[in-house]
Amino acid sequence: MKPGLFDRLNRVGAWMVLLFLVLPALIAIPVSLTPKRFLSMPEGEYSLRHFRHLFTSPDWLSSFAQSGIIAASTAILATTLGTLCAIGLWRVTSRNTEIVRAFLLLPLIIPQIISAMVFYRLLVPMGLIDSYPGLILAHTVLATPLVLITVSASLANFDPRLEQASRNLGASNWTTMRRVILPSVKPGVYAGALFAFILSWDEIVVTLFISKFNVYTLPRRMWNGIRENTDPTVAAAAVVLIAITLIAFAISAVIARRRAQGAASKD
Amino acid sequence: MQALTRYISPGWLLVAPFFLLVVAFYLGPLVNILWLSLTDPEPGLGNYRMLTESDALARILWTTLRICAITTVFSVVIGYCLAYAMVHAHQKSQNWMLTLLLISFWISVLVRTFAWLMLLGHNGVVNSGMEAIGLIDRPVRFMRNELGVLIGMVHYMIPYAVLPLMANMQTLDPRVMAASRNLGANGVQTFRRIYLPLTIPGIVASSLLVFILSLGFYVTPAILGGGRVLMVAEYISVQLLVTLRWGTAAMLGTLMLIGVLALLWIMSRFMRLTTVFGGGATR
Repeated sequence: MKPGLFDRLNRVGAWMVLLFLVLPALIAIPVSLTPKRFLSMPEGEYSLRHFRHLFTSPDWLSSFAQSGIIAASTAILATTLGTLCAIGLWRVTSRNTEIVRAFLLLPLIIPQIISAMVFYRLLVPMGLIDSYPGLILAHTVLATPLVLITVSASLANFDPRLEQASRNLGASNWTTMRRVILPSVKPGVYAGALFAFILSWDEIVVTLFISKFNVYTLPRRMWNGIRENTDPTVAAAAVVLIAITLIAFAISAVIARRRAQGAASKD
Repeated sequence: MQALTRYISPGWLLVAPFFLLVVAFYLGPLVNILWLSLTDPEPGLGNYRMLTESDALARILWTTLRICAITTVFSVVIGYCLAYAMVHAHQKSQNWMLTLLLISFWISVLVRTFAWLMLLGHNGVVNSGMEAIGLIDRPVRFMRNELGVLIGMVHYMIPYAVLPLMANMQTLDPRVMAASRNLGANGVQTFRRIYLPLTIPGIVASSLLVFILSLGFYVTPAILGGGRVLMVAEYISVQLLVTLRWGTAAMLGTLMLIGVLALLWIMSRFMRLTTVFGGGATR
């Protein structure tokens, strides 16, 4: 069937929409290169002074480090909890599993502003406001559902007879888990860990409520910079974040390709 | 232990850690907030009565619903065209399109909001560009009003609208459309009478998803609205962090929660929720 005029117009429109989605963020690049001390477009002259400031200012560096620590801890905890949970739900064959699964996805689905209230309400009496454990706890609850989803997707392609075979050959529960199940859901686990890291690394709404000044994550510092709307260091930080996003995206694409290959080689 | 595992499948032991975490550290305080909406500052329905008594509150709710509805319509219409083009493109260009879509999906909402701030401001790139080519005499107000909030929100929501639509369109059998053409229907008729009705589940799921996400959206309205477009999420944060009125905030949170759960329930009748939230993860 030859594509009609309408189809062709729609295709052009689709590419324009895609450019509309991606291009605006790139405005951060010229703004970050301005030689002026306030947010502006550079006019003929470029300077890297704002990147220099970003990578030498103790404030920004500590925010990078804090976000890194919190995101890495969240990724480790969420990946462990989420993987166990997904395998558990997969092994239990009862009609309750779908209800339990829906319940466990709630932290992901409920609007973040409500989650922010929830964690604020939780952490104030515990004395964990504005502390690493508080932020890691909150981010872990929010990120684990993502791991649950990705690992469950991997498990859907896993043949349960492999598990039975392993058990019949005399392997214990633990050995089966370690040597048979985990290796075959690896792509889902990696993807989940990456998503969990990104969620925590980017998280702003809940963080705004449960941190003050001891813990000042990167999104928090960007939020302040954007609100004040003067210091071009924010633009430099935005450029760095875009670069990190592209790297993370490339990693996830590699994982996805490996997963596709794994699925293809099994057939 | 053995007696225990006979009645309870050992799989539940693996589920338990996260289950208990959610119950203790999420569900617990959530129920506490629902309870607060009925008891703070005094027991009764006082907080809910404010909905009918306070003009400010009614205006905020109306602004929120209106902006969410407009965002949903634009995101889903644009998303539909995009999903259609992507599903029907050649494999190679489809991969490129998907890459661009996912990159925009992954770019931090703060970075994107910052970009719009630079583009749409009084002396922003869009205004100076249009002035330079003589399209306008003086800067257009794109920001600190609903227009700015809408631009930012539609931009953020389009990828969310596309993913469920694509999942739906990919399941359609192209032979049905071919049959319609063979029976003499032209392209427009085939689209209107066959394709569009078959994609209604996708349209409903994507509309509900975008509407749900818009309802609780905080970052973009707060920054691009510049304090002049007050939506429920920002009002809740002011109640909690500035005026410390837990009762009002809890009441608004409860309303939002009930709305979201109701919409999710409707959505679950059209599509498996894990398909939507898995972002293409099939199960």
